Amino acid sequence: MRSLRVRAGAALLCLAASASLVSCGGSDDTAADGTVTLDYWLWDDRQLPAYEDCAAAFHEDNPKIKIKITQTAWLQYWQNLTTQLVSGEAPDVWVNQTTYSPTYATGGQILDLQPLVERDDVDLSGYQPGLTEPWVKDGKRYGLPKDWDTVAVVYNTDMLEKQGVDAADLQNLTWNPTDGGTMEEVVARATVDTKGRNGLDPDFDKKHVAVYGYLPEWEDASQGQNGWGEFAAINGFQYLDKNPWGTEYRFDDPKLIETLDWYKHLIDKGYAPSLAQKSELGNTELLSAGKAAMTLAGSYSISSYTGQNARQDFDFAPLPTGPAGRKSAINGLSDAIWAGTPHKEEAWKWVKFLGSAECQDLVAERAVVFPALTSSTEKTLAAYRAKGEDVSVFTDAAAAKDGTFLLPITERGTEIGPIVQDAIQSAILGQTSTEEAMRTANDKVNALLE
Amino acid sequence: MGANTAVARPRGPAGPASGEAPAPGRARRAPDDRKAAWLFLAPALLGFALFYAYPTVRGVYYSLTDYNLLAAPNFTGAENYQQLVTDDQFWNALKVTGYYVVVNIGSQTLLALLLAALMHRLTRSVVLRAMLLVPWLVPNVTVGLLWMWLLDTNLGFVNHILNTLGLGTTGFLSSPDWAMPSIAAVNAWAYTGYTALLLYAGMVQIPQYLYESASLDGAGEIRMFTRITLPLLRPVLALVLVVSLIGSFQIFDTIAVTTQGGPVGATRVIYFYIYEQAFTYFHMGYASAVAVVLALILGVLTAVQMRLLRASRSDLA
Repeated sequence: MRSLRVRAGAALLCLAASASLVSCGGSDDTAADGTVTLDYWLWDDRQLPAYEDCAAAFHEDNPKIKIKITQTAWLQYWQNLTTQLVSGEAPDVWVNQTTYSPTYATGGQILDLQPLVERDDVDLSGYQPGLTEPWVKDGKRYGLPKDWDTVAVVYNTDMLEKQGVDAADLQNLTWNPTDGGTMEEVVARATVDTKGRNGLDPDFDKKHVAVYGYLPEWEDASQGQNGWGEFAAINGFQYLDKNPWGTEYRFDDPKLIETLDWYKHLIDKGYAPSLAQKSELGNTELLSAGKAAMTLAGSYSISSYTGQNARQDFDFAPLPTGPAGRKSAINGLSDAIWAGTPHKEEAWKWVKFLGSAECQDLVAERAVVFPALTSSTEKTLAAYRAKGEDVSVFTDAAAAKDGTFLLPITERGTEIGPIVQDAIQSAILGQTSTEEAMRTANDKVNALLE
Repeated sequence: MGANTAVARPRGPAGPASGEAPAPGRARRAPDDRKAAWLFLAPALLGFALFYAYPTVRGVYYSLTDYNLLAAPNFTGAENYQQLVTDDQFWNALKVTGYYVVVNIGSQTLLALLLAALMHRLTRSVVLRAMLLVPWLVPNVTVGLLWMWLLDTNLGFVNHILNTLGLGTTGFLSSPDWAMPSIAAVNAWAYTGYTALLLYAGMVQIPQYLYESASLDGAGEIRMFTRITLPLLRPVLALVLVVSLIGSFQIFDTIAVTTQGGPVGATRVIYFYIYEQAFTYFHMGYASAVAVVLALILGVLTAVQMRLLRASRSDLA
C-alpha cells in the first residue's frame, strides 16, 4: 500500500520536477577577455526583430557587452521565468508586465532602479504620461517604461460599407448601457443573418446569424482590456479605490453591472455570439474568417488585422463616447533587472539604452508597437504610414486629455484575474445574476488583498 | 506507466530475499552475484531516489509550508489541508475530474471492447491493428490542437457538417454542458485504439477450441462474447482498467491546450488546478497539498482495483 502511494505521488511530482529541470542553462557569461553576455527575455515574436536592432546598436557602442535575446511564448514565459528565478539562473533583464510585476517585486526579485535613476540623472519626463507610475511602489522603481498600447474599434470595411456605414459615421460613435447609442445601431446593422437581413430588419432571424456585428472578449481576466473594461470605463466605472496599488476593488459597481447587462442584451438580440457558442480559436480568427464585423482591439494586435496575411479589409475607429466621455485603457510594459544579476552595471546600461531615444526610434521604425517616449510616437506613425496603414486612432486616444485609464494594478493580480473572469462568465451564461456574481467575486478579491 | 515500472524494478531482485535463495550448485558464488546485482541496479535506484523519492519527500514537506517559489518556505503545519476542506474550487475540481473519468473510461472501454471483439472474430489484419494505434501515437498537445480546430463553434469542420445537416451549432468546447464530454470524447478517440489492442491481445490468449465447441453447440457471436470472451478476459480487462483509470485521472494536456479550465471551471480538473496553483499563482505549498491528496485518492483506487485483479487471476490456468 505504501509503495503504491509513493508511486502515485511520484508520478504526480515528476510534473513539478520536469518543469524545473528545463531551467538548466549555463551561467558562465563572462568570457576570458572580459566580455559580458547579458540574457534578455521577451515574449512577443513580432517585436523580436526590433529589439535585435537595439541589441546590435548597443553592442556597437559597448563592445564588451553582448546581448543574448530569448523569446518565449506568453503562455510559458512566466513559468519559465519563475523556475529560472528559483534556480538562480534568471535572465539579467526581462520584459515585465503589470499583472505579474507585483509578485516579483514583492518577492525581492527585481532590482530597485531609483538609486541608479537618481545617480545618472535619467530624464523620465519624456515618456508618455502615466507609464512610469505602474512600476513605482513605496519609493522603489522596478522598471523603465518601454512601450504602450491603447484600444480602438476594429471593423471590416466591406461589411460595414454594404450596410451603408462609412468611416465618417464611425468617428463619433456614442454609447450608453440603456439603449447602446449609435454604437449599438452600427452593431445591429453589421449583424447579418443567413438570408442577408441585418439586425435592424424586423424579420431578422437571430437563430441563423451569418455575420455577428460585435465580438465580445470573455477571457480578459479582471481587466477587460479588449471590451468590457472600456465600456465600463466610459460608463464611469473605476476598478479600484486607488490605482495603482489600491487595496479595494469595486467589481460590484452598478456601472460595471449595467455594462455587462448590455453585453447580455447584445447576445439576446443575436448581435453577438453567446458565451456558450464563442470560438475557442479567438476573435481575431473569427474576424479574419469573415464571421464577424467588429470588435475592440489593442494596438499590440494591429498587425493581425493589417498584415499581408489579413484575409479581409479592416480599419480602425475611435472608441465610442459614453456617459463619462471617451476613454481607452492604456497599458505599458517595462524592462526589469533581476536583483540577483552578477552584472548589475551592465544590465542597467542596457535598460537605460532600451529606454533611450536611440533604441526607441529603432523600435519605431519596425512599426510593431508604440515606444514609450513621446518623441518616438510620430516616427512610429510614419513607419506605419510607409506600410500604407493609418493607425492614428491609437495615438489620438493616448494624446487626448483624460482619454485614457490605467488598468488595475494591485498585489495578487494573477489570482484575482480568474476569480473575476469566472464571475463574469457565469453572469453572461446566466448561471447567476450579474449583480450576485460580481458581488461575490468582489468580496473574494478584496479578501485576498486584506 | 513509466513510474510504475521504474519503481517496481529495483524491488524484486534487489530485496535481500532473492539473495538468500541461490540456484542449486551456485551457493558459493552468491556474494558476488549480490554485488553485481547492486551494480546493475544502481542506475535505476539512483534515478528512483533522485527523480521519485526525493521529490516525493520534498512535495510532502512543501505541502506543510507556505512555499511560494520566490521566498523560503515557512512551516505552517496542516494549514494547507484545512484550507483544502473549505476550498470550493478543489471540490469542484474533484467532481469535474470524476465526471471526466466516468465518461472517458466508460466510453473508451466499451468502444475498445467492441473493436477488440471485431478484430478477434472478424479479421486478423496487421494493417488494421496498426491503423488503430495511429491516434495514440499523436502527441496529446497535437490531439488537443487538432480537435480544438475541428470542434470550434464557428469555424470548425464538425459544426460545419452539423449545420449543413440542419442540426444547428453546438459550442463543443465553449458551452459548460458540452465542454467536459467533448474533451472526454477527444481523449477516448486518442486512446481507444491502444486499449483495444491490449484487450485484443488478451482475447488472442483464449483458446480457439472453446469457440469451436460453442459454435458446434449452436451459440451465436453475442452469446459467445458474453459467455466466453468476457469472463476469460477479466484479468486483462482489470489491468487495462487500472492503468487507464490512473491515466484518466491525470488528464491535463488536452485541457491546457483547449479550454484551460473554462468555461467557469467546467473543465478545471484536479491536475489543472494543481498546475494553476503552483505555476500561475505560485502557491507551491498549497499545490503540493492538493497533489498529496490526489496521490492518496489514486492510491486507494489502485489498491481497490488491484484486489479485483488478484481475485480474478486464474480463470484460464
